Amino acid sequence: MKKIISGNEAIALSFGDSGGVFGSGYPGTPSTETLEEVARLGVVYCEWAPNEKVALESAIGASIAGGRALATMKHVGVNVAADALLTLNHTGVNAGLILMVADDPGMHSSQNEQDSRNYAKFAKIPMLDPSNSQEAYDYVRDGFEISEQFDTPVMLRTTTRISHAKGVVEQKEKIEPKIGPWVKDVPKYVMLPNYGKIKHVEIEARLLKLQEFAENTHLNRLEMGDMSLGIITSGVAYQHVKEAYPNASILKLGLAHPLPENKIREFAGLVGRLMIVEELDAIFEEQIRAMGIRVDIGKDKIPLCGEVNADIIRAAVGDAPVESMAPITALPQRPPIFCPGCAHRGLFSILSKLKVFVSGDIGCYTLGALPPMSAMHSTICMGASISAAHGMAKVNEIAGRTDKPVAVIGDSTFFHSGITGLLSMAYNKGNALVIIMDNRTTGMTGGQENPGSGLDLLGETARQVDIAALVKVLGIDNVAELNAYNLAETEAAIKKGLETPGPYVLVDKNPCILRYRIKQPVIAVDPEKCSGCRACLKAACVALGLDAAAAGEKPKVQVDPNICNGCGVCVQLCKFDAMSATDGRQ
Amino acid sequence: MGIFNIVIAGVGGQGVLLASKVLAESALASGMDVKQNEVHGMAQRGGSVISFVRIGEEVFSPVVIPGTADILISFEPLEALRYIHYLKPGGMLVYNMVTINPSTVASGLAIYPADVEEQIAKACPDAHGIDALSIAREAGNAKAVNMVMVGAVMKKLPINAEVVEGVVRAVSKDKGVDVNLRALKGGTAA
Repeated sequence: MKKIISGNEAIALSFGDSGGVFGSGYPGTPSTETLEEVARLGVVYCEWAPNEKVALESAIGASIAGGRALATMKHVGVNVAADALLTLNHTGVNAGLILMVADDPGMHSSQNEQDSRNYAKFAKIPMLDPSNSQEAYDYVRDGFEISEQFDTPVMLRTTTRISHAKGVVEQKEKIEPKIGPWVKDVPKYVMLPNYGKIKHVEIEARLLKLQEFAENTHLNRLEMGDMSLGIITSGVAYQHVKEAYPNASILKLGLAHPLPENKIREFAGLVGRLMIVEELDAIFEEQIRAMGIRVDIGKDKIPLCGEVNADIIRAAVGDAPVESMAPITALPQRPPIFCPGCAHRGLFSILSKLKVFVSGDIGCYTLGALPPMSAMHSTICMGASISAAHGMAKVNEIAGRTDKPVAVIGDSTFFHSGITGLLSMAYNKGNALVIIMDNRTTGMTGGQENPGSGLDLLGETARQVDIAALVKVLGIDNVAELNAYNLAETEAAIKKGLETPGPYVLVDKNPCILRYRIKQPVIAVDPEKCSGCRACLKAACVALGLDAAAAGEKPKVQVDPNICNGCGVCVQLCKFDAMSATDGRQ
Repeated sequence: MGIFNIVIAGVGGQGVLLASKVLAESALASGMDVKQNEVHGMAQRGGSVISFVRIGEEVFSPVVIPGTADILISFEPLEALRYIHYLKPGGMLVYNMVTINPSTVASGLAIYPADVEEQIAKACPDAHGIDALSIAREAGNAKAVNMVMVGAVMKKLPINAEVVEGVVRAVSKDKGVDVNLRALKGGTAA
């Protein structure tokens, strides 16, 4: 039966159809729906790990115990899992193991646009690069076979336009899972130096065998047409190439690493101009040039940054792009912002007012960096808010500065890699205020369960970690609760945390209104009392707006009752008592 | 036939995704190849959303290039203007006239253009504005704006209306079927 599914859904479906036994991952756009779909299909056991390193390590254990395993993550998650990956390439696998990584060219929802193909080259392992949902489905099965045949982990790489694009998929016959023996094999699985040295030699030999495999596999496909232009490409870039030049000769690489050198050489000899179309880094191009093959069009014409499309390819060849009217500029931007009713709004209203340095982290609260809040001053990676705040505090101490930095981190990010930073802060006599916004979900990726939410990926009741108790055990004496909806209380709590010497942790436990579908009666404005001062607009809430004032008069604030969630932050910002909750709350 | 390109624009939370799904499923049910793609993630938080549906015998890229859209459906006037350059010459624009303030306007950092309708008409003289919110409310649920918008372009689609209705039935939750079908019809009549 044919169905329209996304690349992520296709990978999940195929995992169940290809003898999968264990799945683990950490949510991250654009990879998240893969494991969610594995859970929804209910064929294979799966779980959310607190971070990508744990996910991959658990998958390694599953493979050693004889079950086909899948670990899912976004590109930056591989950085976290890299420690495991760069030794897993030595041990190899027992049952097949696939690391699915979703890249985000164009940074639709990421802090960088690193190219994961570098990791396959770095780890000297095979990487599959599907170009649509059908291939995403097919390559999971191919990936397990390659993994077991060559005793290697396999990376399956998608990009946003593969993970989230939907296309037609035909399902294959289901392979029932076969769980292999759980065998003790010290030289294979214990990477002491002496065993590691042997394995390194094996990695190099395996890579040569994989190169041979690359020459003949169906994954790499020649499509011969007009011989004047030959294009080597992979992934979604292949689709853009077909869009721009449906009749060109193409060498489509389904196996993005290692490259089939002979096949490339042969192809290059057959065509007039040789072009390489790849998104992000010049991974193919550098290797092909190193083979001594002339490349006529490559990264000199195809940008290193952002996504590729048919127009970029046409322009690179020297053909005219599609004509279109000029985009209308000078329109008000519509960036994402805290949902109406979100607890982050109250917190950032106060942080903005107090003008403190906020060391931020990855999550919905990163939006606090945008105007008008502009109350986040560094955001690097998962967990960095706490460790970076610690470093800032140390330099402030050395410099004799009295300002205390404020770290803001969410529950899921804290579990991911904030705990170790806080341990360091306690251990090394730190001096920062840490605010943990525990909204009981992994919000920015759409509301996934985590060790604090009380449920697991399968929807079953799970142990719920007590964050305040955990913080105390790490060695932090000052831990207090925070209610970010109450601005006066929040201001007082933050001030107390800043004035008290040493590490200080505030925990806000208001749940995510989107995930838990919380709705309060809306706020109303008394136009007689509204002075038009706009103090409430600092809440940056899309439920607020200004009315069409008569000539010469100040516009007054109005609340859109379709959008308002009744949190009351704007009510507290109003100095004229013009706003109130419609249910009489104070 | 060549490739039929549809661009759907709106604001996170308006149901752009479900509208895209209905169009894509309808194309598949009509025996055509289809690719559908939208960008989500950060965009869910009240941000600008754009989705592509491409229909044809064999569809390659999931992305619509500016200047090639046969239809632009916008759930909000400002977003119609933001993506109007995706239309090919003679392409059709249908938009919901009900405005939603971007956060930049809501926080007083920018002004919503008062002449948004004039600007749309200037760029696309045949643009058709409808009050999708009122039609959705009449159908029984303000959230059915997405079905109204699908209905509003129905006559221009290379797909039979009955096929679309069947898909709407299939994707709607029990209680929503009648509301969604009424919204679809309301949109077609608008």
